[in-house]
Amino acid sequence: MLEFFPFKKTIPFMSWGKATTAISLLTFLFAVWALWDRGLNLGVDFTGGTLIEVRTDQPADLHVIRTALEKTGLPEISVQNFGTSHDVLIRLPNKGEANAAETSNRVMAALQSVDATIELKRVDFVGPQVGKELYDSGALALLLVAFGIMAYLAIRFEWRFAVAGMLGNMHDIVIILGMFAFFQWEFTLTVLAGVLAVLGYSVNESVVVFDRIRENIRKMRGATIPHIIDDAITRTMSRTIITHGSTQLMVLSMFFFGGEALHNFALALTIGIMFGIYSSNLVASPLLLMFGVKREHFIKPVEKKEEAVV
Amino acid sequence: MNRFPLWKYVLIGITLVVAFLYTLPNFFGEVPAVQVSPVRTSEKVDTALLGQVESALKAAQVAYNAVELAGNSIKVRLASTDVQIKAKDVLQNNLGERYTVALNLVSASPPWLSSIHALPMYLGLDLRGGVHFLLEVDMKAALEKAAIRYQNDFRTELRSDKIRYGRISRAGNAVTVHFATRDQRDAAANKLGSVFAELAFSPEDQAEGFTLTARLKPEAQTKVQEFALQQNITTLRNRVNELGVAEPVIQQQGASRVVVQLPGVQDTAKAKDILGRTATLEIRMVDEQADPLAVSQGQAPFGDDIVASREGGNIAVKKDVVLTGDSITDASPGFDSQSGQAAVHINLDGKGARIFKDVTRENVGKRMAILLIEKGRAEAITAPVIREEIGGGRVQITGMETAQEASDVALLLRAGALAAPMQIVEERTVGPSMGAENIDKGFHSNIWGFLAVVSFMVIYYRVFGLISSVALAINALLLIALLSMMQATLTLPGMAAIALTLGMAIDANVLINERIREEIRAGLTPQAAIHAGYERAWATILDSNLTTMIAGIALFWLGSGPVRGFAVVLCLGILTSMFSAVTVSRAMVNLVYGRQARLTKISI
Repeated sequence: MLEFFPFKKTIPFMSWGKATTAISLLTFLFAVWALWDRGLNLGVDFTGGTLIEVRTDQPADLHVIRTALEKTGLPEISVQNFGTSHDVLIRLPNKGEANAAETSNRVMAALQSVDATIELKRVDFVGPQVGKELYDSGALALLLVAFGIMAYLAIRFEWRFAVAGMLGNMHDIVIILGMFAFFQWEFTLTVLAGVLAVLGYSVNESVVVFDRIRENIRKMRGATIPHIIDDAITRTMSRTIITHGSTQLMVLSMFFFGGEALHNFALALTIGIMFGIYSSNLVASPLLLMFGVKREHFIKPVEKKEEAVV
Repeated sequence: MNRFPLWKYVLIGITLVVAFLYTLPNFFGEVPAVQVSPVRTSEKVDTALLGQVESALKAAQVAYNAVELAGNSIKVRLASTDVQIKAKDVLQNNLGERYTVALNLVSASPPWLSSIHALPMYLGLDLRGGVHFLLEVDMKAALEKAAIRYQNDFRTELRSDKIRYGRISRAGNAVTVHFATRDQRDAAANKLGSVFAELAFSPEDQAEGFTLTARLKPEAQTKVQEFALQQNITTLRNRVNELGVAEPVIQQQGASRVVVQLPGVQDTAKAKDILGRTATLEIRMVDEQADPLAVSQGQAPFGDDIVASREGGNIAVKKDVVLTGDSITDASPGFDSQSGQAAVHINLDGKGARIFKDVTRENVGKRMAILLIEKGRAEAITAPVIREEIGGGRVQITGMETAQEASDVALLLRAGALAAPMQIVEERTVGPSMGAENIDKGFHSNIWGFLAVVSFMVIYYRVFGLISSVALAINALLLIALLSMMQATLTLPGMAAIALTLGMAIDANVLINERIREEIRAGLTPQAAIHAGYERAWATILDSNLTTMIAGIALFWLGSGPVRGFAVVLCLGILTSMFSAVTVSRAMVNLVYGRQARLTKISI
């Protein structure tokens, strides 16, 4: 039998509580600082504006393209390579112009005047109002998912589990967002979908551990709560690494083969998966301990049956 | 204990066969086709047209593979893209302007598959290339336009009852009528109140006279807005038909927005130009008494508007609107039979024809202006002189410089004026090559990831790993079958979601396999361990899948476009994975190990 983690003894995870809490707190604070100081590099989806991707036959001369575009009189045009030297990405902000939708036509006309072989690959134009709505509904979705999952955990387990699980996961989300802010990776709608998927996915991990804790509480009558949690984590360890590994294999495949469109999505998932392993075991569980989970929360005292009065 | 009753195997078997059938069309690819559909959505396509299409193709010696009626269109399957273009030209010439002929791709799967509605997955625009527009209707303008109509209607009603009134003014969407006496006002309030039940009237006594102010009641406002949206959708549909797109999607989104999706459109600039044209049409009388000097300086005489004329200079037109574009039922370019000049022939609806007859009778020798109002700017397309009374609702306008111009004006008139201006608030264009690239990328992400996971599982869990891998492949099969059956839109994020759900689906099998190992370690017999492993892992699998489901549902609910595509696949993937990872893999385990009564060792 091939085994990666043949742990015979229970690993005392809970006794590392102080160290892991300190690590979490530091990364968390770092992420919050990055978000506060640098902010997310929001894509066109959220800020509104125009994004045009073109492909050239020859390696693109960005200088020529810039000069051609400056002649259109459109403000604040940014031109950069995208992936390869043949692919060029052009961004323009919304400048309160009534016919912003015409912008891409003007840009393409200017580009084709310098290089007739230039090929339009993609245009994303998002009006200011729509951008704001997408931002709002994105934020709302994040809150809704967080509360939905918390409610589910509260019903299925107990409120302490719900709060611990949610805090552990919010910790992951903030770290993903913090990383995106720190490295100024572009945050698009697809990345947001990835972040929300992480939220749902990473709760899986907590649920598996919590399930084990609940089972152990019922089974291991003599054991202390920290020991019960340690046992639950140790026994699910191997499964944790294997499942996350499998999901990560898929995500890596997207990272390498999915092209630019899925690049940041895969990145968000990778960070989410890595921190998901850590947080559900070493953040959520100590929190559970801190909230004072007790055996009585799961083993109900035997109810006295009342005789029906005849 | 590890045996399924026969019906369970049968059920699983049937599910797999059905899933396989519905997945099948995705492997046949597509063949070029030409699609013929009527320009007006009210017209129907029948077998007579089918015959006409066939004979036209035969006469031109264009080889085709099949001709079929599909919905309200005719699809001709062709061997190659060269023949496709030739067939398009032949049909376009033969069928004339009543039908649009568009290039399309149709599934190459055999007819018996199509007959059980087994179709390939419906690809989103990011995978097949095309344009997506989100247009917003200016509802404020729609209400103001309604108010302007009431201004005219009040005049007609009050005149017909001989109630004297001062002037009728408008502020936003409130219309105020001024009167000299209270009696006149009250008489008018009675009259108008009985005719226009949808308006709320409020009388006011002011120092300079008596007024009656009318506003639309809230429910009437919603009605006006709904009507404006519907009218704009109809107009857009006509305009899109002019473009000749094979499978356009035009849908209402929310209270004031319209989504337009044009798959396969390459000339996006033209599409945008035609769709984004926020033109409304009005016919008004030219004020012949206006001082030409004042007009040329842009000073409007009382009761007039100054508009630029396409022929150059300014002209003064009366504020009263004779007709709006709503009354125009058809317009076509042509030539004047006497002078041979380019002309536009217009047909009016019944009410429009009556009004037009009255107005032309009273105004012979005067000029009438057709105004094109684009983005708040009015322009007189043409201002012909009325030569005689025009009855019957058939109008001919001359004065166009070229045949091309006549055809442009006719298109504008025919496509119908919009009930209210619209603006593009979102555009997503994906070039055709990019779509194919995206499919490639999505496919490769899935296949390499899948192979990596499968090899790991087989090495690590051996027979159980193999079973898990087969279950994973079945999961992919079920998911693709479900997507094909539902014809849910598959986008690139959707393909990412397939990869992600496959990665996550293996979780259930890992949970089960780990649990079985653990039970064996705890000293259970292999049979008991298998049983306990599946039973105990089930609660955990359910819990963890439901939490992901919550995220998926929220995403579907709040997401738009690509995110929604992601959410659909995520939710469906969770459902199929619970079936394949638990039920199907269990069936396989039972088949392999369940029959051996004295099982001493399992390969896990």
